[in-house]
Amino acid sequence: MLGEGILKGMAETARNFFGSYVSKERLTTVEYPEERIPTVEAARVFPFLVYDGADWEAGLRCVACQICEKECPPKCIYIDKSKDKKPDYVGKQQFYPSRFDIDISVCMSCQICVEVCPFEAIKMDTEYELATDDRFGGLLYDRKQLARSNEYYHSIHPTEASEVDARLGEEKAKVEAKARAAAEAAAAKVAAPAPPAPTIGGGS
Amino acid sequence: MATSPFFTDLDQIFIILRDWLVGFLPASWRPAACVVLEVIIIICVFPGLFALTTVFERKGLGRMQNRFGPNRVGPYGLFQPIADGIKALIKEDIVPFSANAVVHFLAPLSLVVAVFMEFAVLPMGRNMVLVDLDAGLLFFFSMSVSTELSVFMAGWSSRNKYSLLGAMRAVAQMISYEVVLLLSSVSVVMIAGSLSLSTIVAAQSSYSGIFPHWYIFTPWGLAGFVMYAIAATAETNRSPFDLPEGESELVAGYHTEYSGFKFALFFLGEYLAMFSISGLGTTLFLGGWSAPLSFLTFIPSWIWFFSKVMLSIFVFIWMRGTLPRLRQDQLMNFAWKFCLPYTLLTLIVTALWHFMGEGWMRWVVCTAILAAIYVFMGRVEMRSEHFGPRRYRYAE
Repeated sequence: MLGEGILKGMAETARNFFGSYVSKERLTTVEYPEERIPTVEAARVFPFLVYDGADWEAGLRCVACQICEKECPPKCIYIDKSKDKKPDYVGKQQFYPSRFDIDISVCMSCQICVEVCPFEAIKMDTEYELATDDRFGGLLYDRKQLARSNEYYHSIHPTEASEVDARLGEEKAKVEAKARAAAEAAAAKVAAPAPPAPTIGGGS
Repeated sequence: MATSPFFTDLDQIFIILRDWLVGFLPASWRPAACVVLEVIIIICVFPGLFALTTVFERKGLGRMQNRFGPNRVGPYGLFQPIADGIKALIKEDIVPFSANAVVHFLAPLSLVVAVFMEFAVLPMGRNMVLVDLDAGLLFFFSMSVSTELSVFMAGWSSRNKYSLLGAMRAVAQMISYEVVLLLSSVSVVMIAGSLSLSTIVAAQSSYSGIFPHWYIFTPWGLAGFVMYAIAATAETNRSPFDLPEGESELVAGYHTEYSGFKFALFFLGEYLAMFSISGLGTTLFLGGWSAPLSFLTFIPSWIWFFSKVMLSIFVFIWMRGTLPRLRQDQLMNFAWKFCLPYTLLTLIVTALWHFMGEGWMRWVVCTAILAAIYVFMGRVEMRSEHFGPRRYRYAE
């Protein structure tokens, strides 16, 4: 019959109209400033620098190797290597960045810096409200603004962070075991002043 | 039902207030003062209603699409029209360099003035009509036709291809559907025997049992009302007949080159036209200011009139939320090949209804004729080549 489709359509819109007052599932709108959708674990917005411990300056994992600076496609990372060295998480003396700036107006959130970093020092943040009224200084983040604790990293990407921690722990254990073995060897050397040494060295 | 003096006073409250206010003036000034006062009230009430309708339309459309609609300005977004009004007022008024500045300026003004004139003859309640003309219906239609001139003035003077195309579409559409609009109201005139809108309302305000004698409750009245509603939607350029301002094709049609308050005037004119044409439809088919059931007559007549108008506006919004826009050829075919013949048939059936006299026989005969022709036209004519999917000769 003529007009049947119109009536069907009108019934559908009427169902929407009244249904939107009754069922909450119909209204998918999230009223943003007041309510937010929690970010998923895989979300990534903008890189940050991870530090261990309480002091951000002492705990920065970054060793200023400048791989990320070279790999960054839009070239938004600026690193100055330090003159002196500080111990890293295993106690080895390393350089550290005396300047580490990222221009967030240039960054394209590609995560390449994270993937190339051999020291697990740079990771992706989920913070997305980065607007500022200062478009020059406000968009260039220095290392203090970029530094986030390992606990924060755990809170935003729990799975990934525990994997990283396990890997770092393994490495640290390996280094420690090596150090212990070396120390034991040295101690053994000191304790037994080599009577059989000629036999080892002999035969030549 | 006998009504208490309180309800009678409430019914006539605006008349009593007007007479009290005018009573302060010398007797010779009173008639003129009455008219001025009523005009001022019309000029205040309907734009106020327009402001409310814009926000309710946006909210209603939102709900039909499962979203909230405006809810930021004031409680439930009710102050949105104030924000919109301020925005329209402080915007720059741009007149294109090559436009005809005088006509460009006059077009929105003449549109709004003509639309306001339509309200002069509408009976908005018992004794509430500005001028009770004997040929009120004729006056109404002459005013509503003159809006076409304003639309074309706007489109022509803007000197923009989109404006001109929009105006040409608007004029073609409005003239086509004007015929249907006029003819569908002629059947009411045939039965009521008068062109005066007050007489037409009075003819419908009696009851049998508790049910009113509205014309929509007769076979020819229902058919006429449907045709009237379709034509009214097309006349006011509302979706699905919003081709003249189809934003996906023509930017904004005839008001592409208008900005600021001139644009707001066009917007106002469009909504006022909706109010006035709904008011006329209410008057002709829905019993004007009379109550829908006989025991509800104690509620003031003006409340009934305005609630019927707002209900029609809701249906307009509902259709806008449902139907997609027609194509130009579908629009014209629908007007000339379906609406016009069917309206002419309604006229004949109305005459038949009139001459068959009282009794159940005329109900059966008139309903049968109208329904049979409706089904026939839907089954046979509307499925013909002209209405079906368009065949592109060179694209196949």
